[in-house]
Amino acid sequence: MFSSGSILLQSVLIFTFGALSISLILAMIRLILGPSLPDRVVALDLIAYIVITFIGAYVIATGVADFLDAAIVVALIAFLGTLAFARYVQQAADKEEDDKI
Amino acid sequence: MMLQITIAVLLFFGSLFVLVAAIGVVRLPDLLMKMHASTKAGTLGAGLTLLSVAFVFGEVSVATRVIAIIFFLLLTAPVAAHVIGRAGYYSGLNLWKGTVVDEFFADHPGRFPSRNSENNNKEK
Repeated sequence: MFSSGSILLQSVLIFTFGALSISLILAMIRLILGPSLPDRVVALDLIAYIVITFIGAYVIATGVADFLDAAIVVALIAFLGTLAFARYVQQAADKEEDDKI
Repeated sequence: MMLQITIAVLLFFGSLFVLVAAIGVVRLPDLLMKMHASTKAGTLGAGLTLLSVAFVFGEVSVATRVIAIIFFLLLTAPVAAHVIGRAGYYSGLNLWKGTVVDEFFADHPGRFPSRNSENNNKEK
């Protein structure tokens, strides 16, 4: 897997994959625990960023640059998903406000 | 050798910033702080890592794609964070106890009846 590069690059790559895996676990913890829906949406957004970073590190490890297209798609879908969730939360809040009045 | 060191430093700090963002999302007390950690540190980490990809390959096609992704992230991250923060505020989030100022709440007294003002403003 780490076929190319010097010993410096290989050790940094191993550190990168370890740090990103820990980050994914931490974001997953917040996604499961998160007290409210917006907290979970923020955690999902962070997971998308971590996946983009993961794809970048994976491109370096394998030497196949085509995976970068997947990073573009993940960024796009994460943005649209966040907007959709935010609209949903906003509409639920407005509806609750109307019911009170 | 110089190029290798540049790549290693960019990768190291990129993953470190993403890790800091994840720790912030788990540890910080309220939604707006979590959003701030995730957006700023996450964008910086992803950008640095993608920049190191451009240095590894050194080709125009890869560099163009990397710059496109970074540009797209820088364009959409503030918008997404603002929208989810606004929606969370309207849905009545509980701000952290130590919050110093909440101007929107102070300007709209009847807007959030469920939220008590002592909790948000001057409680020491």
